[in-house]
Amino acid sequence: MSTFLGMPATRAGRGPSPDAAPGTLGGVGRPEDPLHWGATFPHAAKAALANEQLRRNLGNATSTIRSKRARVVGEVPDWEALRDAGSAIKTDVMARLPELLEALERNVTARGGVVHWARDAAEANRIVAGIVREKQADEVVKVKSMATQEIGLNEALAEEGIAAVETDLAELIVQLADDMPSHILVPAIHRNRTEIRDIFLERMADAPPDLTDVPHELAMAARAHLRRKFLSAKVAISGANFAVADSGTLAVVESEGNGRMCLTLPETLITVMGIEKLVPTYRDLEVFLQLLPRSSTGERMNPYTSLWTGVTPGDGPQEFHLVLLDNGRTKVLADEAGRSALHCIRCSACLNVCPVYERVGGHAYGSVYPGPIGAILTPQLTGEKSDLPYASTLCGACYQVCPVKIDIPSILVELRAREVELAGSSPDAADRVWKAAMKAASYAMADGARFRRAARLPRALRAISRHGVIRRLPFPGSLWTRSRDLMEPPRQTFRDWWAEREDDR
Amino acid sequence: MSDARTEILSRIRTALGSSTPEPGTVSTAVPREYRSLGDHAPGAAEVLDLLVDRLEDYKARVHRVTAADLPALLARLLAEVPASSVVVPAGVEGAWLGALADVEVRTDSREAPLSATELDGIDAVVTAARVAVAETGTIVLDGEPDQGRRAVSLVPDVHVCVVRTDQVVQTVPEAVRLLDADPGRPQTWISGPSATSDIELDRVEGVHGPRTLHVALVS
Repeated sequence: MSTFLGMPATRAGRGPSPDAAPGTLGGVGRPEDPLHWGATFPHAAKAALANEQLRRNLGNATSTIRSKRARVVGEVPDWEALRDAGSAIKTDVMARLPELLEALERNVTARGGVVHWARDAAEANRIVAGIVREKQADEVVKVKSMATQEIGLNEALAEEGIAAVETDLAELIVQLADDMPSHILVPAIHRNRTEIRDIFLERMADAPPDLTDVPHELAMAARAHLRRKFLSAKVAISGANFAVADSGTLAVVESEGNGRMCLTLPETLITVMGIEKLVPTYRDLEVFLQLLPRSSTGERMNPYTSLWTGVTPGDGPQEFHLVLLDNGRTKVLADEAGRSALHCIRCSACLNVCPVYERVGGHAYGSVYPGPIGAILTPQLTGEKSDLPYASTLCGACYQVCPVKIDIPSILVELRAREVELAGSSPDAADRVWKAAMKAASYAMADGARFRRAARLPRALRAISRHGVIRRLPFPGSLWTRSRDLMEPPRQTFRDWWAEREDDR
Repeated sequence: MSDARTEILSRIRTALGSSTPEPGTVSTAVPREYRSLGDHAPGAAEVLDLLVDRLEDYKARVHRVTAADLPALLARLLAEVPASSVVVPAGVEGAWLGALADVEVRTDSREAPLSATELDGIDAVVTAARVAVAETGTIVLDGEPDQGRRAVSLVPDVHVCVVRTDQVVQTVPEAVRLLDADPGRPQTWISGPSATSDIELDRVEGVHGPRTLHVALVS
């Protein structure tokens, strides 16, 4: 294995690795903090790499979706122009955020909706629980939503005696298995069909006992299971893909129809939305409704998109609440270098092309936002010291596929630089060794003869290599090999090879 | 302690610092070099062929008919289900259903809505549409009386959607421009029957929404 994770230092773990988690179905359990759970990235990655089933599931899934995306993006002649527009619209949104949020609030209110503001997860959860209690509902149906994952809404509602039922197939699988999502779009991407059948048989009381692992049959079992809930639910909770400031229109993009069920049938709808999800005008949807489906599921258009504006008398929910969520977003906004992480439209294209994500999976990131976007967004949202900026090879594939052109590699480098500066003020052993090594390298490289001699030194390491790979160096080299393998150095340095070649001519 | 609204807005203003522009100004010029018009006019033969191709790619069943033949087509499609009941929004043209035999026709409107449970007992729904986008195989309903409440086109298992050929545009921006006249209407954009790719990214058609989508393209 020679994936270079670029991890200069590891820190103490924050709990068990994903593999050591409880539950017979292999779920990792529901964490206290959805943005910060499990082992640190290097430890979690190591455990994940040893899980061959996980790597097979992920390899199949990501390669499938990569080729689907490439095909449908390839057929759009003005794709780059759409990306330019998408990026510029989001830049404009961030610059005018107060004005646009006020406009959204005004327009939603004018159409009979109620707007709430939540500074953090606890406040958002309190608002939602309060509305549900007021409706005297003990069960709510939910549309897949990253914002409600991020604030741990289901757990907060459970504490209030309210059962939140996830209705997206993958979210249902994750919920039944007491697991965490491992992908923004396909939260159960780490599970294969056999595992899903086992989860249904064990945890879904009305699953047919002769259920096979054919995807169509599994989907039909979920349909039957949720149908009654859709028809009887009093309250639904959703996120939002877009909110149009100048009309007050909300948009949810989905595939299965569970979204339409939740957004249409219950009497009360509560939508929890990050404050960055705005677009200024209805017209801007013509850009994002082209960019999102092709980047996300690799479809020309997703099966269903619902757009609603406040309350429509006689059609759909007659009570609508919109919860505008900060929860760290203003911290990200304050960071001029990292601000564009808020442009993300949660398509997950960057996860699917990332060589690191493909190998370690989503759980290793210890956040509901995994992959390249998670590696920049998570530490910025929490404001905590993090290993995640190092969970990248900086290959740049994420930037290339990002529909709103977020320069993820540059932000990663910036975040790494800050970590190093932070370490500079209170260096640990690894930091000191790293500094010494850099100093030594600088001395050796400053002089041709010194460099020639120094370059020959690593040849000695051939003695400890096995099958061309060195897995562990003695200290202080162990600091390097702790999270990476080292390729066996060549018998001959390039300079020696060149000199010999010149001699032979 | 200030209220959450005041505090969040003030956090944002602080975060943006001096870069906050005056309200009403567009701080960044948004380049819109992308196509806002298709190569072909709405309803052109090329556009219709493209729509049919895209719809069929996502397993919708497309039928091209003349207005005169529409009632017979609807009767045949419902018999095929077989549907003993069908719901139509109150604004649907009565003539469309003129050829039905042995099918109970229920009418639904905002003023006289059927309950979700009632809709669940109905076999099929017939609606009109507002606009269709050829390049993406998308049909948009905007809740007007001939398209109905959103629940009507959702709960029954078979949706027959009648689209006039002059309603078919080539690109998404053309459709958005049209819908922009009334952005407040509840819209449902439909691209094929409901589907999921949540199990190993294998596409399965038909989950919670109608499992069968028929599109009658009327010239």
